Amino acid sequence: MRIAVITLPGSNCDQDCHRSVEAAGATAVPVWHREMSLGGADAVIVPGGFAHGDYLRPGAIARFSPIMTPVVEFARSGGLVVGICNGFQILCEAGLLPGALLRNRSLRFQSHDCALRVERSDTPFTSRYREGQVIWMPLAHADGNYYADPGTLEELECEGRVVFRYSDAEGESTEEANPNGSLNGIAGIVNEGGNVLGLMPHPDRAIDLALGWQDGLPLFESLVDSVRQRAPAPVAVAEGRALAGTAR
Amino acid sequence: MSGANGAPRPRPGDPPITPELVEDHGLSPSEYELILDVMGREPTFTELGIFSAMWSEHCGYKNSKRLLRLLPTTAPWVIQGPGENAGVIDIGGGWALAFKMESHNHPSAVEPYQGAATGVGGILRDVFTMGARPVATLNSLHFGDLEMARARYLLEGVVRGVGDYGNCVGIPSMGGEVHFDRGYEENPIVNAMCLGIVRSDELIRGEAEGVGNTVMAVGARTGRDGIHGATFASEELSEGDDEASRPQVQVGDPYTEKLLLEASLELIASGDIVGIQDMGAAGLTSSGAEMAGRSGTGVEMDVARVPVRAEAMTPYEILLSESQERMLVVARAGREEAARRVLEKWELEAATIGQVTDKGTFRVLEDGVPVAEIPALPLTEGCPAYERPGEESKEVRALRAQDISRYGDLSGDDLQAAFLEVVGTPAVASKQWIYEQYDTTVRASSIERPGGSAGLIRIPGTDLGVAASTDCNGRHCYLDPRSGAAGAVVEAARNVACTGATPLAITNCLNFGSPLRADIRHQFREAVLGIRDACAHLETPVTGGNVSFYNETDGKAVYPTPVIGMVGTIADVAKFVGHSFRRPGDAILLLGHNKGELGGSEYLYTLHGVVAGGPPTVDLEAERALTRCLPAMAERRVLSSAHDVATGGLAATLAECCLGRPRTGRPVGASVRLDDALPPAALLFGEDHGRVIVSASPTDEAEVREIAAKHGVPCAPIGTVGEERSSLQIHLRGEFLELPLGTLADRYFGAIPRAMDDEP
Repeated sequence: MRIAVITLPGSNCDQDCHRSVEAAGATAVPVWHREMSLGGADAVIVPGGFAHGDYLRPGAIARFSPIMTPVVEFARSGGLVVGICNGFQILCEAGLLPGALLRNRSLRFQSHDCALRVERSDTPFTSRYREGQVIWMPLAHADGNYYADPGTLEELECEGRVVFRYSDAEGESTEEANPNGSLNGIAGIVNEGGNVLGLMPHPDRAIDLALGWQDGLPLFESLVDSVRQRAPAPVAVAEGRALAGTAR
Repeated sequence: MSGANGAPRPRPGDPPITPELVEDHGLSPSEYELILDVMGREPTFTELGIFSAMWSEHCGYKNSKRLLRLLPTTAPWVIQGPGENAGVIDIGGGWALAFKMESHNHPSAVEPYQGAATGVGGILRDVFTMGARPVATLNSLHFGDLEMARARYLLEGVVRGVGDYGNCVGIPSMGGEVHFDRGYEENPIVNAMCLGIVRSDELIRGEAEGVGNTVMAVGARTGRDGIHGATFASEELSEGDDEASRPQVQVGDPYTEKLLLEASLELIASGDIVGIQDMGAAGLTSSGAEMAGRSGTGVEMDVARVPVRAEAMTPYEILLSESQERMLVVARAGREEAARRVLEKWELEAATIGQVTDKGTFRVLEDGVPVAEIPALPLTEGCPAYERPGEESKEVRALRAQDISRYGDLSGDDLQAAFLEVVGTPAVASKQWIYEQYDTTVRASSIERPGGSAGLIRIPGTDLGVAASTDCNGRHCYLDPRSGAAGAVVEAARNVACTGATPLAITNCLNFGSPLRADIRHQFREAVLGIRDACAHLETPVTGGNVSFYNETDGKAVYPTPVIGMVGTIADVAKFVGHSFRRPGDAILLLGHNKGELGGSEYLYTLHGVVAGGPPTVDLEAERALTRCLPAMAERRVLSSAHDVATGGLAATLAECCLGRPRTGRPVGASVRLDDALPPAALLFGEDHGRVIVSASPTDEAEVREIAAKHGVPCAPIGTVGEERSSLQIHLRGEFLELPLGTLADRYFGAIPRAMDDEP
C-alpha cells in the first residue's frame, strides 16, 4: 500500500508524516508539488508547514501548485485525503473542505499540547478510536481558528462532520479548552463525502510514547485499514454519499 | 582603460582615500599602515570597504583572538574545532553533531523582530552549510526589567522574530534561557544556537577547492540592506541611533531559508559541489575571502553577474550588502548544470559569478574591469590582534566586597512572602508565555521540550539522544567575571547531566561592552579564563563561538555575558530523566551541599534592589563529579527526577519540581526539611553551585546514595514527595513555610503573562 505525502516548497512536516505512515504499516511515497500525478497512490496526506511561505494567507498559493489538480480529482472521486495543520488550510483553500482557518484568538503562534474529543469513530480516519475518547497531541499554528458561516456550521454539526473537538482532559468542550477561538471548538472536520479529513493538531507528532504521546498513531492506522478494505482504490463514489455509508 | 588583467583603479565617483574616510571605516591609522603594506599601494574605495568589513571586530576578532587561543579545543570526539561555520563532534553510531551559537544583539536593539529573526536564519545557515540538517535551536535572551516598556517591546518583538523564523523553517526550539535585569535595559542580548546532525562521512567544509571550479551566488538577490552590518556590530550604540541605523538591519525571509536548506543538503549529497558558505556578516566579501583563505587558493568574481534587487548598485555595495538568505556555492567544474538543476527544483536563483583561481587573491571585477584585488590570507587572517591590558573597575570591586550577610535573616511571614516573590519574578517564573510561541514539536523528535533542565531530542531512527542547554548569569559575571563564566559552564553542564546525558562540548557567545575600555577588557579576559578552567576540568572543549563587543549605549555597558551552549548525549533516550517530581512517596535528595551564598542572587536583586556580594563559588572538582554521577544514576534508572539549582536558589528549584509542566503536568506537593545552620533566606535563595535536587522511589533510594558515594558527591535525603492538590512544606531550623500549590502555580505561571498581556 502506497500513501502519497505531498511536499510543497515550505512543507516542514512531510518527514513526520512519512514516518507516521510507515509506523502504521504502509509505504510513504514523497510527491513533489510540481508533479502532475499521484503515481497511483492509495491515499494522500497534505502535511503541515508553511507552503509557499504562507504568503498572502496560509494555503492561498499552495492551492495553485500543480499537484493540487490531481489531489482534487482524487478527492472528488472518493480517494482518501488527510490535511494536517497547513494541509488543512490548503484543503480549505482548494475547496475540498468548507470554512477557513483564521488567525488565532491570541494573535500569536501557539505551540503546546491539546486534548481532543473524538466525535466520530465511523470515519475512514478514526475507526481505531472510540467515540468520545479523549486523545492528546501537540498543536503548533498561528492560524487555526476555524470559521464557517452559520449555515455551513450547522450543516457540519447536523451531518456529524466534526470529527475532532478541542476538549479538556475529561472530554468537556469548554471555552478554556478551546486554544484558538475555533467555532464550536472545532479541531477537525470531514467533507460531505467523508473521504477528506482536515485537522489542525498534529497526529504526526504523536506516534511515539517516548515523545509523550501515541494518540496520533491510530489515525494513520485507521487510514491504512480503510485503504486496505477499499482496495482496489480509488473507488468511484456515488454522488452525495453520506458519511455513515462510508466503506470501513 | 584597464583591462581584465590590470590592477584595480578607482571607479569614477569613488571618494578619495583620506584619513577621515579610513576612520569612518572603523580602521585605525596603524591598521591602515598595515593595509598599505599588504597591498603595496593605496587601496581603492572598494578595497577599503572590504578591509573594513574583514578587519572589523565582528569578522576579525581583533580584540579577542589572542585570548581565545587559550581555550581548550580538542578531545577525541571533536571532529571540527573553532574556525569553521560550526563546530562538530562525534556522537556515536556514525553520527556527527554540528552546533554553533551567534549573537544578534545590535540589530535586535534597533529592530527586535527582524534582528532576532535574522539571527536565527544566520545560525541555521552556519549549520546546514556543514552538510548537517538543523534539528533544534536554543536561545539565550537577556532584557531589562519587564516593568519597563522598552523591555516589554523588545521581548515581544524578539520572541515573535525567533518564533516566526524557526517555526516557518520547521526547526523545533529545544530550550534556552531568558533573564531580566536593568543591566540590559538599552542593549538586549539575543543569542541563537542551532544543532544539526550529519553522517560523519558526509561533512563538508566552507572551502573553495579546485582551481577552475565555479563560484555561484545562490538564493535571494543582493540589495542595499545591511551594508556594513559587521562594522555596525563593532561600534557602540548611542541615543538616536534607532532611526539612523535601521538600514543596517537586515530583513529575513524564512521561506527562502527553508528552500536554501533543502537545496543545500541535496547539493551536498549530490557531490556536485565542493563548498558552500553563508553570505552572513560582510556578505559576499567575507564568504568569498574566507572560502579562498581557508583553502589557500584564490577567488575571482564579477559583481556585474551578481543578481541584484536595486538599481545601480556599486561594487562596494554589492560586496558589503548583508541581504539575507544568500549563499556562495563552489560547484565542481563540469557539474554546474547538475547543481543548477537542484537549485531550480527548489525555485532558487543561481548565478555563476566567478571561479576558483590559483592566485591566492580575492579578486573582484565589475563587468570585466578589476575593482579590487587583495591577497586572501592577509585579508582573512592578517587582521591585527590586540591584547591591551585591562583593569577591574573600582566600583565592581567595591560591590563584590560589600557585606550582604544582613540580607540572610528573614523569618515568618516575611520569609514566606519572599519565597513567593522570588518564584514569581520573571527571571525565575515559567517562560511558558515565550516558548509556547516557538514550535517545539516539529520533526517529532523532542523528548524534553523547553521548561525543564535542558532540552533533549532523539536522533530519528535511533535510541540516541542529544541534550543541550544555554546558560549565563550576567549578574554573577558582573560581580566576578571569572567565577561567573566558570559558573555558566558548570550550570550548563549540570542542566545537561540532569537529563541523564553526558556533557561533551560547548559553543559560546561572548557578549561584552566596548573593548576600548580597560574595565571591559578585564571582564573579557577573566571570563575567557573562567571558561578555560571550567571546560578543561569538565572535559568539554570549545568547538567554536562568537564574540560580540560594543554592547553598550552612551557608555553604559551590559553585564559581561559569556553565554555557554553545552551539548551532551545519552545512549538511550528511554533513560531520560525529567525535571519534576512524579510519584507521591518518592524520596527527595539533595546532591551537593548548601552554602548559602547570596551574592548576586535574584533574591537580592528583586527584594532589595541590590547587585552585590561575591557570586557563588565554583568548585570544579565537585562539578565534575556531579556531572558524571547524574548520567550514571540515569543509566541505572534509579531516578524519578533531577533538577538543577540555579537562579532563585532552592526555592525556585523546589517550586519547579512540584509544579512540573503547564497544561499537562500534575503538580504534587512535597515535605522538605533543611537542617543546615544557615540564615533562612541564604539557605532558600542562595544560588550556590554544585547542587541538584533528585527524587527516587524508596526502593531505589539506597542505590542513588551508593552511586553518589562512589562519585564522591554528597547526597542527603531532605524530604518526601506529597500528593496532588496539596502544598510545598519546608521546615528550616526554627522556621516553617507552607506554600499551597495553587498559590505557587499562580505566581510561577502567571508572572510573565501578567507583565506582558495585562492592561497597564
